[in-house]
Amino acid sequence: MEETVHKSPIKIKYIWELPVRFYHWLNALSIVVLCITGYIIGDPFAIQKGTEAYMNYWFGTVRFVHFAAGYIFFFNFVFRLYWGFVGNKYSRWYNYVPLKKAQWVEIWDVIKTDILQIKCKPIHSLGHNALADITYFFTFIAFVLQSLTGFGIYAAMSNSWFPKLFSWFVPLVGGDLAARQIHHILMWFFIIFAIIHVYLVFYHDYIERRGVTSSMIGGWKFVESEEEGEC
Amino acid sequence: MNEKPKTVYDDVKSNGHSRRDFLKFCSMMAAFMGIKSSGVGQVVEALETKPRIPIIWLHGQECTGCSESFIRSSHPIVADIILDKISLDYTETLMAASGHQAEASLKQTMEKYKGEYLLIVEGATTVGDGGVYCCIGGKTFENRLKEAAEGAKAIIAWGNCASAGGVQKANPNPTGAKAVHEIISGKPIINVQGCPPIAEVMAGVVVHLLVFERIPQLDAHGRPKAFYSRRVHDTCYRRPNFDAGLFVESFDDENAKRGYCLYKLGCKGPVTYNTCGVIKWNNGVSFPIQSGHPCIGCSEANFWDNGPFYQHLSQFPGFGIETTADKIGVGLGVATGVGIAAHAVTTNIRKRKLIQKSKKDDDDDS
Ligand code: HEM
Ligand code: SF4
Repeated sequence: MEETVHKSPIKIKYIWELPVRFYHWLNALSIVVLCITGYIIGDPFAIQKGTEAYMNYWFGTVRFVHFAAGYIFFFNFVFRLYWGFVGNKYSRWYNYVPLKKAQWVEIWDVIKTDILQIKCKPIHSLGHNALADITYFFTFIAFVLQSLTGFGIYAAMSNSWFPKLFSWFVPLVGGDLAARQIHHILMWFFIIFAIIHVYLVFYHDYIERRGVTSSMIGGWKFVESEEEGEC
Repeated sequence: MNEKPKTVYDDVKSNGHSRRDFLKFCSMMAAFMGIKSSGVGQVVEALETKPRIPIIWLHGQECTGCSESFIRSSHPIVADIILDKISLDYTETLMAASGHQAEASLKQTMEKYKGEYLLIVEGATTVGDGGVYCCIGGKTFENRLKEAAEGAKAIIAWGNCASAGGVQKANPNPTGAKAVHEIISGKPIINVQGCPPIAEVMAGVVVHLLVFERIPQLDAHGRPKAFYSRRVHDTCYRRPNFDAGLFVESFDDENAKRGYCLYKLGCKGPVTYNTCGVIKWNNGVSFPIQSGHPCIGCSEANFWDNGPFYQHLSQFPGFGIETTADKIGVGLGVATGVGIAAHAVTTNIRKRKLIQKSKKDDDDDS
């Protein structure tokens, strides 16, 4: 007797193209690095040793890594925006901006099914579900703010022309201190986002048997063929 | 008296300063303004030939610290000549006249030099409760300011109060204090920031106006770039300690004695634009960081509300004074963890049903 959990035949769908996956992991890596180095910049370790300044440069190095990762993070994000216009239908920009009624209906459905767990009918969107999409929309806004504040405060400490393009933003929020403050607060948005994000990926894999986790590695999702019409 | 209007140099001479003193003053000013050495001649010539600028100096809601700073300038000519001996036609704190006489002299200057005089404002303008918190000569300060601004060629806002509202504007701003640029529009306004500003910077701005007859380049907050384009952090002599990650942990620790960086004691040098590290204070003797005290950011707007002074991260608005974004972040992180744990439990209950269902389906199939 063959043991199988699935009643219906499984179809394989290619959802996340290579550039999207590449963006995703580079983004994840740079954010982790930025959060760690950023936190250290905000609250450096107490090192009590009687050395002279010329013998050390560790804080300068941490800041350098932060700025370098900041550049990677920013241009990677710019690339993703571009891909939102040329990529496949799962990665296009209109998924993320909730302009249609159907998106709001689905958002409510997802809240009832996955968060409150008061509804049992599974959601079958192939790409992200609508709630995830709107969350990523907010995340993109956070990316923009983090880049504006980050490069804005960077402008004062760099001779390069690129950060200077952002210096107009700092006075809008009231000055460097306010910009740094926003920059610091947003770090917590990223940290909490990451915790929930990773948990939810596991959750979906755990309950939906569609291979969400590995979809961001290989690009495929597994779909029970009779569901297809519902997405 | 129908002699030609006096120049700064005329006054310098009549005050008994030597030509040498005068030239030293000119080159010092040129250096502060960032003019290259070949331009010193231009400064000398301007001060020798151009008539002095008539100045009206108004005092609003303030502590007079800016005037104090100014008259303690390192060079005698700054205080002596620019300020009380020659240029000042009206200023409440330093002029000899008082009462009606003073008011008359103000009126006279405003009429005689209409469109030519420089208006200097020290202190905030209070607009709360009809302006009752600051009245001079029977008028609210707001009215006096508007009246004087009318015929001014340019306005210099001295110090944080005039530039940004200062301590009076700090929460909850009981008197409705406002900065000059919030009251006056349509006139060039130069914000000479600081609480107080450095005397040489104040003199430098006046000399700049005299020499070049135009407004110096200003930054986005209206501050002259010649003095406010770099952060205190960029010219701080403790900066190598910052890059090396050597920080003072508390005011009396070993690291404080070694002169390490004051970042962790809340130094606002990295977010403050001023020239304290270069020109310094009291004849270039020292400045706060050199004396072991973190910068409090006095040349930035709202610095009183951006506290606490001795903490790197500001308080999070709406929470207690020591609650930083980090504390709130950790709190939210813990709450997220709890939420996830609860969610995971219900998920497992749901999954058990699913497993049972698919087992049952399999049994049915076979
Ligand atoms: C996920 C993205 C990012 C996170 C989580 C992050 C986090 C942080 C944190 C927590 C700080 C310390 C702020 C403080 O307490 O004063 C900081 C500082 C800073 N960040 Fe970021 N950051 C990010 C992206 C960027 C980007 C894209 C740039 C652009 C180059 C940037 C540039 C800076 C600069 C210039 C500083 C101040 C460093 C200093 O003055 O020593 N950051 N960051
Ligand atoms: S003491 Fe303040 S201004 Fe000086 S290097 Fe440290 S943080 Fe910067």
